[in-house]
Amino acid sequence: MKYEDLLCPSPAGLYCKPGDFYIDPVRAVERAVVTHGHSDHARSGHAKVLATRETLAIMGERYGENFAGAMQPLGYHEKAEINGVTVSLAPAGHVLGSAQAVVKWKGMTMVVSGDFKRRRDPTCALFEPVGCDVFITEATFGLPVFRHPPDTDEIAKLLKSVAQFPERAHLVGAYALGKAQRVICLLREAGYDKTIYVHGALERLNALYEAHGVKLGPLAPATAGKKADFAGAIIVAPPSATQDRWSRRFPDPVVCFASGWMRVRARARQGGVELPLILSDHADWDELTMTAAEIAPDELWITHGEEDALLRWASLNGQKARALSLVGYDEDEGEN
Amino acid sequence: MRAFARLLDSLAFTPSRNTKLTLVRDYLRETTDPERGWALAALTGVLTFDAAKPAFIRKAVEARVDPALFAMSYDFVGDLAETVALIWPSKPGANREPELPEVIDALRSASRNEVQRLLEGWLDALDPDGRWALLKLLTGALRVGVSARLAKLALADLGHVEVAEIEEVWHSQRPPYEDLFAWLEKRSDKPSPDAPARFRPVMLAQAIDEATDFAKYDAADYAAEWKWDGIRVQAASERGEKRLYSRTGDDIGHAFPDVMAALNFEGVIDGELLVMTGGRVDTFGDLQQRLNRKNPEAKTIAKFPAGIRAYDLLMDGKEDLRGLPFAQRRKRLEAFIAQLKSSRIDLSPLQPFESWEQLAHLRAQPPDGDPQIAEGLMLKRWDSIYEAGRPKGPWFKWKRDPHLIDAVLMYAQRGHGKRSSFYSDYTFGVWREDANGDRSLTPVGKAYFGFTDEELKQIDKFVRDNTIERFGPVRSVRADREFGLVLEVAFEGLQRSTRHKSGVAMRFPRINRIRWDKPSREADELQTLERMLD
Ligand SMILES: [Zn+2]
Ligand SMILES: [Zn+2]
Repeated sequence: MKYEDLLCPSPAGLYCKPGDFYIDPVRAVERAVVTHGHSDHARSGHAKVLATRETLAIMGERYGENFAGAMQPLGYHEKAEINGVTVSLAPAGHVLGSAQAVVKWKGMTMVVSGDFKRRRDPTCALFEPVGCDVFITEATFGLPVFRHPPDTDEIAKLLKSVAQFPERAHLVGAYALGKAQRVICLLREAGYDKTIYVHGALERLNALYEAHGVKLGPLAPATAGKKADFAGAIIVAPPSATQDRWSRRFPDPVVCFASGWMRVRARARQGGVELPLILSDHADWDELTMTAAEIAPDELWITHGEEDALLRWASLNGQKARALSLVGYDEDEGEN
Repeated sequence: MRAFARLLDSLAFTPSRNTKLTLVRDYLRETTDPERGWALAALTGVLTFDAAKPAFIRKAVEARVDPALFAMSYDFVGDLAETVALIWPSKPGANREPELPEVIDALRSASRNEVQRLLEGWLDALDPDGRWALLKLLTGALRVGVSARLAKLALADLGHVEVAEIEEVWHSQRPPYEDLFAWLEKRSDKPSPDAPARFRPVMLAQAIDEATDFAKYDAADYAAEWKWDGIRVQAASERGEKRLYSRTGDDIGHAFPDVMAALNFEGVIDGELLVMTGGRVDTFGDLQQRLNRKNPEAKTIAKFPAGIRAYDLLMDGKEDLRGLPFAQRRKRLEAFIAQLKSSRIDLSPLQPFESWEQLAHLRAQPPDGDPQIAEGLMLKRWDSIYEAGRPKGPWFKWKRDPHLIDAVLMYAQRGHGKRSSFYSDYTFGVWREDANGDRSLTPVGKAYFGFTDEELKQIDKFVRDNTIERFGPVRSVRADREFGLVLEVAFEGLQRSTRHKSGVAMRFPRINRIRWDKPSREADELQTLERMLD
């Protein structure tokens, strides 16, 4: 029996033949297991969806109540049977509700990491390694130059700049799901208790996080008030909004961007970012290699991202590995 | 180092001059002496270093990181210093993080070899931002847009004084500017603007654009002199204080006690530091025996005696000549040097000429003697005042065309980064005749630039198609009297070398042209090269 008999790449995404379901399919299918709510992993229109309660809530918020024919919530560590295949979900530490899909069948265990990181994040549960025969890892930051610094350092950078330029606004670009709430939480943990202003596109997800017990502190819409009112303020907005007309309502804004890509200076410069904040919800190189070494699967399958370098690492470390070329996961422009 | 790295990073990302000013001012306020002064000197280009070449840095990183992983990373990041800074495996707790003043101290006093030894320990101890700042500092690539003007504004802001007050004392101050900070922080009086033997900012020449400049300018307006192949210096001797400065204001007197002993005058001379024996100039290679040696042995000094060939006179006694036109300064200089009667300080002669054509001829065929090894010509407007910086128009440098030889490709090595999949480093050789009259190739140099991407692909294909042997990343290619690829190699100079089998070493060799048309047996002979020796 081959591992490919249980899970194999297909044009619609990773397909489980014996269970007849897809994991994070990129188009509408009969039955889907969804690892987390980012739009490149969670699409609408499936007949049946299995995911954590939080992920289902996020999908409902984004696509409307009827985003799928039927929804099957599954808590972390609970088990579900799909056509004789056992499926469970383990925390992935990526965003609220994010999970690794653990698939067992005829004594074989395969784990799909989805997107993951290993560091503590006040907005979601910590990643749990699960022993398996095949670990299908993401590789968004799969190059040894990606070594994310401690998040406290990056938040300190932001707060220092706010103190240094009290006449300017600080406009922080952060992905609407996960990153925005994490930035706000980290600011609170660093002792920043002033009102944080938020772009309208974040409001519903912020409320959803609050409803799931993630405390964000005093927030206000970034629309009310005169330009001068925002001097010295921190505003959180989706990355696209920081560069368009919308940003002109703020006094001489310092454009910040919270992303793992900010590790590479050319990326920050291309984006017109004045204060890059290296904050990522994806594992960096050390986390990726440490996780693969810790789980030590029989085979490591590598998907979306920089597959070549991780393959090279695997060969240097005697780890059997292959690259899965799955299409449709847009890590560069999408939500990371 | 951390605060300095943070500052550099912020400066690099902000386009706004006002923001830069605030960043520099706040850094100066929050940082102690002498770190802030050294940082200021490094930011404004008063101090620049050239302590480590990219090739050395690559070698160091490839000893610690898998070369394939490094190549993929370099390809993605695109900047060598940044790639190395990010990928360097940190050794937490291995070493104490170096402080900026100790790094600068080492860079100013240690030899390049010593610095390279220190570098790896520093990289081990720093975080990625610190490593990035260090590498940029070491390779002289701190381009963060801090002009001297901006630095002065930040200082004025720091001390709540007018910028004119800073200007007045600026040139009497040397890094790390402790007196200046003491005054700005009201801990002492204003420093005297009139420190004897202080550094005067140097006037530099623009490279001439042969295509346009000669049409624009009248030959009669310019004086011409040789551009000597040493290092530009300023020798100051005032009221008992004697200093020898590099053109960036570094005090290099300690390395040249013989020159210091010859500064028996009252004034400031601008000139070229050279090794000179019996009134004749020796090669840059000889001068290199003296550079980067903090305390040279008497033996070395005797073998490579240094001196100054004077270009200009900035101070004659107490009189500041910098506002006078070059024609007048030149007359004063001639008189000044004649009166000195020094064997260590002589005059750089002017080369009279009538027309640009005549000058071009002179440059192409310099007269016998010292001009043979000059770097080229300098053109100075007769009416030009001595103006700090590199103004366009008053001074031009017109370097000599490089030397060219035809050599045969012998070995090729894989490149790095974007070129890691190509054979892009080439060792080439020329023919040498042995005792039996047989000719074989002897390697004379290595070049890895000068060709286009298209040419790179062509040579790469040639290498792969004609490989004889492979050892690691290197391939030897077929090169004999019947077959081989001829490369036209350009280089700046040639020195005797005992380290090379051929006995010669090239300066800045690069591929000028690929001579697909030329039979390998018609490439140059070693004798031709030997005649080109400096
Ligand atoms: Zn995601
Ligand atoms: Zn993803």
